[in-house]
Amino acid sequence: MPQELNYLPETASQTAGPYVHIGLAPGAAGFDIYRRELGWDIAGPNAKGERIRVEGVVIDGMGSPVKDVLIEVWQANADGIYAHPEHPGEVEEGFRGWGRVITDFATGEWGFDTVKPGPVRARREMASEVRPAAQEEQIDAHGRGHQGLREMAPHLNLWIVARGINIGLNTRMYFDDEAEANAKDPVINLIEWERRRQTLIAKRSMRDGTPVYRFEIRLQGEDETVFFDI
Amino acid sequence: MTPAEYYQRDRTMQPPAHTPNYKTSVARSPRYSLISLQQSASEITGPVFGHNDIDPIDNDLIKNYAKTGDPVGERIIVHGRVLDENARPVPNTLVEIWQANAGGRYRHKKDTYLAPIDPNFGGCGRTLTDENGYYYFRTVKPGAYPWRNWVNSWRPAHIHVSIFGASFSQRLISQIYFEGDPLIPLCPIVHTVPDPAAIDRLVAKLDMNATIPLDTVAYKFDIVLRGRRSTLFENRLEGN
Repeated sequence: MPQELNYLPETASQTAGPYVHIGLAPGAAGFDIYRRELGWDIAGPNAKGERIRVEGVVIDGMGSPVKDVLIEVWQANADGIYAHPEHPGEVEEGFRGWGRVITDFATGEWGFDTVKPGPVRARREMASEVRPAAQEEQIDAHGRGHQGLREMAPHLNLWIVARGINIGLNTRMYFDDEAEANAKDPVINLIEWERRRQTLIAKRSMRDGTPVYRFEIRLQGEDETVFFDI
Repeated sequence: MTPAEYYQRDRTMQPPAHTPNYKTSVARSPRYSLISLQQSASEITGPVFGHNDIDPIDNDLIKNYAKTGDPVGERIIVHGRVLDENARPVPNTLVEIWQANAGGRYRHKKDTYLAPIDPNFGGCGRTLTDENGYYYFRTVKPGAYPWRNWVNSWRPAHIHVSIFGASFSQRLISQIYFEGDPLIPLCPIVHTVPDPAAIDRLVAKLDMNATIPLDTVAYKFDIVLRGRRSTLFENRLEGN
């Protein structure tokens, strides 16, 4: 027997079940317990950028809306900076970039208000894959050099849990008014089937002067949304 | 520090999406393969929480919804550490739990099980791990409850647990079971996990050393999140 590798295995995932709201959104479960629930304010009052609303529904393999889903969103600010100590750059005070929403129990509709994120720098390997030696060392807005600087199109990272979902599903939402950036996005271009790429792109409309992006997530079947193993 | 990637998730140990014995998964499981991503900043960052976000009482389910007295049930402490696959502690990370009361009834408007609500029990809690990755909750042991899967399906006693870690790629939700519960081997949700050893690791062990005599029984439950590669600097490799 060779030596053991002393890594610990990751804890196994289990479904969030039908009563996920009790723990993560108790107000929706019908009772008030915490001083404040987390995740309802993604951008805060000081965030620059375009204020948008994102709405959608999650649809199961039978074509029915999933009415007990919980979605978390993780996004950069309008400058493409994540509110995280390892990401170079600063975000506006109060900008968290993280949100949590549940679906309406009757309709399955969900929605949240935020700001449209800016493009985020892609990893170097993505740059070299797509544009070999196209760019030399560059200096970004924060004074840091990056070889082969390349950006990902603006996107929201989404994580979906619910009864019947054994391990959280990761996907991304892109914006249909960013067609030029989307066409160059290294993650979208990783999807071999061009038709499937469309499942990640939300559709913009205007309502009372506010841009609203509609994003339908199809768990299974025709036009099944692309999910990622991140 | 240069951000580094997390180890790939072992999808042969984690539950697959489509597990027909857990019936709800049949229509809620993608049929196409997941697209594998090399991680970018979008995956290796994640939300940060602090003590301003929560209250100290939030981790005490015996007191955090008490109206006229303490909830009914077996008083327990659930405690442990959040570690990564390199056995390093994950400090200052948000851990959230939710559970049924001692009779197996959830305080949720969608739960219609005939067992009664406990007026002094909400059933949710949250806490931040300390600098060593340690967390604890005080609660009552939840009861088993029936659910509509097979004609006679019962969930083992369990506490749902949600952990953020340091990045969106470490995000995890799981369930804590209790040592010796004979319902565990019968449960189709438990058995969505294909690896028996991984199921064993979802079972909290009775911890007499942490039990408070004449007061509260304790169970220990460690949580392991994905580990992280060595940090690659320009001119050297940072070892693990």
